[in-house]
Amino acid sequence: MQLLIAFISGLMFGVGLIISGMTNPAKVIGFLDLAGAWDMSLALVMIGAILVGLIAFHIAAKRPKALLGDLMRLPTARQVDLRLIGGALVFGVGWGLAGYCPGPALVSIISGGSKPVIFVASMLAGMGIFEIQDRLAHKKR
Amino acid sequence: MTIDWINFTPWPSLTGGLLIGLATAVLLLFNGKIAGISGIVGGLFRPVSGDVKWRIAFVLGLVLAPLAFSLFAALPKARIDADSSVLIAAGLLVGLGTRYGSGCTSGHGVCGLSRLSPRSFAATAVFMAAGFLTVFIVRHLIS
Repeated sequence: MQLLIAFISGLMFGVGLIISGMTNPAKVIGFLDLAGAWDMSLALVMIGAILVGLIAFHIAAKRPKALLGDLMRLPTARQVDLRLIGGALVFGVGWGLAGYCPGPALVSIISGGSKPVIFVASMLAGMGIFEIQDRLAHKKR
Repeated sequence: MTIDWINFTPWPSLTGGLLIGLATAVLLLFNGKIAGISGIVGGLFRPVSGDVKWRIAFVLGLVLAPLAFSLFAALPKARIDADSSVLIAAGLLVGLGTRYGSGCTSGHGVCGLSRLSPRSFAATAVFMAAGFLTVFIVRHLIS
């Protein structure tokens, strides 16, 4: 049952990204281009998602368990550190260069030709490099 | 700054956003999981027993979304100006940055802001600023 829910959630998330315009990198860059002709549509994607999210997380915060019985797994880290800021900075540069963030890129791999496939392959490689570096760093300690 | 009214799509963007929020709510309230794409994918690199299949199911849903969408309407056109070398560089930066930064547009921008997390406010402010600055440099300074 949890698997079906995860699949449906992924499907809804992906359809939402398509409807919103996020799967079009030119539109994403139009949003990030403050100095040009600014397409503010994507601000509305975030506002829409956060409106629903606020309610959902408000409910979730009061419940120790999810509806299907699993523990509610909410992040517990509080500290704003260099790793967080540096990571966000690097991510933002990559996002601005191609107009893809992880979700829309994955949604585009079967319908968007070779470009999103190249991006996703490279993104997975980046995640792999992080994984190797992170494990080596933990071994040293 | 000028506003691009021609490409402004308030209703589809708001509707899509609401649907993304709903997908996040479903995963959270039924399964107790955060719908952060980079976190879900990144978790597959360190598989923990019992914590793998739902990630694959979610990603499968994402990947198959265009097929579901195309049953009802034609897929919107996408334009990708970046060439292969830029896509490779951008992909690497996005992969590395989202893992070191513990999240992307969905994990920090939607989930994190929805639960009023200070870390996510900081991360979102930084990746948005970096995105704005990168586009400014590429579009207005270099070319």
